[in-house]
Amino acid sequence: MNATAAKVVSPTAAVHPRGIGPVWVAAAVAFLLGSIVIGVAVGPIDLGLGGISSSLAERLRIPGSSSSLSATEESILWEIRMPRVVLAALVGGMLSLAGATYQGVFRNPLVDPYLLGVAAGAGLGATLAIAYLPDRLPGQQALPAAAFVGGAVAVFLTYSVGRSANRGRDTTTLVLAGVTVASFFTALQTFVQQQNADTLQQVYTWILGSIPSSGWSDVVLVLPYVAIATVVILVYRRVVDVLSLGDDEAASLGVDVRRVRLTLVVAATVGTAAAVAVCGLIGFVGIIVPHAIRMLAGVGYRALLPLSVIVGAGFLVLADVIARTALAPAEIPLGIVTAFFGAPFFALVLRTSRGAA
Amino acid sequence: MLRSSIFVAGAIVAAFTILVSGAAAGPAAPAAYPVTITTAAGKVTIQRRPARIVSLSPTATESLFAIGAGRQVVAVDDQSDYPKAAPKTTLSGFTPNVEAIAAYRPDLVVASYDPKGLVSALGRLGIPVILHGAASNFKAAYQQIRQLGMVTGREAAAARVIARMKAKIAAIVRTSRSRAEGLSVYHELSPDFYSASTNSFVGKVYAALGLENIADAADSAGTGFPQLSAEYIVAASPDLIVLADTVCCGQKPSTVASRPGWDRISAVRTGSIVRIHDSIASRWGPRLVSFFRAMSAALARL
Repeated sequence: MNATAAKVVSPTAAVHPRGIGPVWVAAAVAFLLGSIVIGVAVGPIDLGLGGISSSLAERLRIPGSSSSLSATEESILWEIRMPRVVLAALVGGMLSLAGATYQGVFRNPLVDPYLLGVAAGAGLGATLAIAYLPDRLPGQQALPAAAFVGGAVAVFLTYSVGRSANRGRDTTTLVLAGVTVASFFTALQTFVQQQNADTLQQVYTWILGSIPSSGWSDVVLVLPYVAIATVVILVYRRVVDVLSLGDDEAASLGVDVRRVRLTLVVAATVGTAAAVAVCGLIGFVGIIVPHAIRMLAGVGYRALLPLSVIVGAGFLVLADVIARTALAPAEIPLGIVTAFFGAPFFALVLRTSRGAA
Repeated sequence: MLRSSIFVAGAIVAAFTILVSGAAAGPAAPAAYPVTITTAAGKVTIQRRPARIVSLSPTATESLFAIGAGRQVVAVDDQSDYPKAAPKTTLSGFTPNVEAIAAYRPDLVVASYDPKGLVSALGRLGIPVILHGAASNFKAAYQQIRQLGMVTGREAAAARVIARMKAKIAAIVRTSRSRAEGLSVYHELSPDFYSASTNSFVGKVYAALGLENIADAADSAGTGFPQLSAEYIVAASPDLIVLADTVCCGQKPSTVASRPGWDRISAVRTGSIVRIHDSIASRWGPRLVSFFRAMSAALARL
């Protein structure tokens, strides 16, 4: 990894993408912090800002502070709401970063984290777990692992098929291989689902996507994958700018195109599969967030990738606030919220950026 | 003389047969075919007493056997797991294959769902279809049993089944209502907190028992099946939790107790978590009584 990173210092300098303006960084961080504050403060149960801050002060062991919340309210805040905000931030940041990475690596602006068959593979894994795992190993508990394995297998197949077809030089081939593998896995998944109509509903709700209220356990489950994937991608963020010039150009600038691309794709996929395994299929984040940043800030990948993590995290935290409060105490599937609010916002960004250009 | 005594014997046998088949149904009036019934999906006319019924609805299967029309049933769908005597096949009510259904040469098909034009396709083959969708209240559920009795020539038996159900439920409600006073219930359909409000059929059971249903506050849209948020369930702290997701999703009292924050819920602290088989909680047939009985037992333990 170090060797590759060292090798690409000079080509990066040759590309000169725009760096991160301090204003944009500040805006992104402010957006994330604001989202988190709203996410913690707002919910179907009104805990009151005073109550929340007193509870927070007590947890932070600020002298003389004591929580004014009841025991039940403490549980709601710390065991249900907080982990849900953190999980939404982790998943949103990961999906958005993975989307930006795939777009750069494959030089295709329409690519999202599900392109390489991750979603279809994870969906098949989850369906198999729900349908066939014995009762003593409930599908619910084995679901993340099964989804993860399915997603990883799908990406491996996509990569093998794409590479064998064209020695990995043409990104279109890889995208086509992804579509092929995804179709095949979706067919298998639908078949298994139909054979097990009694478990159909569980599969259905998983496919709709949501941030579960499962406490800290899912956060702990996802965190290592998301952390490793994020670090790896951010270490290589300058190389993505070089790759976006084209394989030949990148190679001529001394980048080991195949190896770097494989590393980035594996990292993005590992993170995506972990997120999908826990939250089901949440669309739109991986494609909307990076594009919005690109249009507003007009930055290269070097700046886009870290900004995507921050803004994506804030976006999904806010979307989840809407999902759990708009019809409180009922919930709305998160995927509906991300599309319903994301699409008009994106249309607005499209119009404004065209006017500005 | 001989001729007339044979006639008399024959008449006695015939009368006896009617008595047995009508099974003390009082005056077993022979059903006059054609019979026309009106379901939510429209009018259906049955020309003669059906002898080859295919049931694609688990609820209808249970009802047909309960009213003694089981021998007229030649095939039931893959979800019809009760009673055991039902001729279970691989036919599907969700993804039905019209040819496979027609291969049983049915003279009546009962379904609870009409996917991909099933009813019109069977209609083109001249097979009458009764579409009995999910009942939304007890009256509709009894009406479906009554109609199945009318078309199968088991009208009196159906009336008896309904009367028995009503009597048993009334007795349970009488003894349980005072125990349910001021208590609230959460009915769980799936581990992501889909629930059933009073607008749903199961919700009517809780309403009849006088239990307060915590899902009602979340069902402003009136769908009957809102998805609740975990925070709300913990704050509402229901006195009774009914798990209808034990089969589909492996939920049990211990998995519920281990959910974050749920140890604060009244039902979890008192161990008032009822497991009800998914199929009993999702059907609207004669086993409705079993559901009431399970709830009554749970209330007695509280």
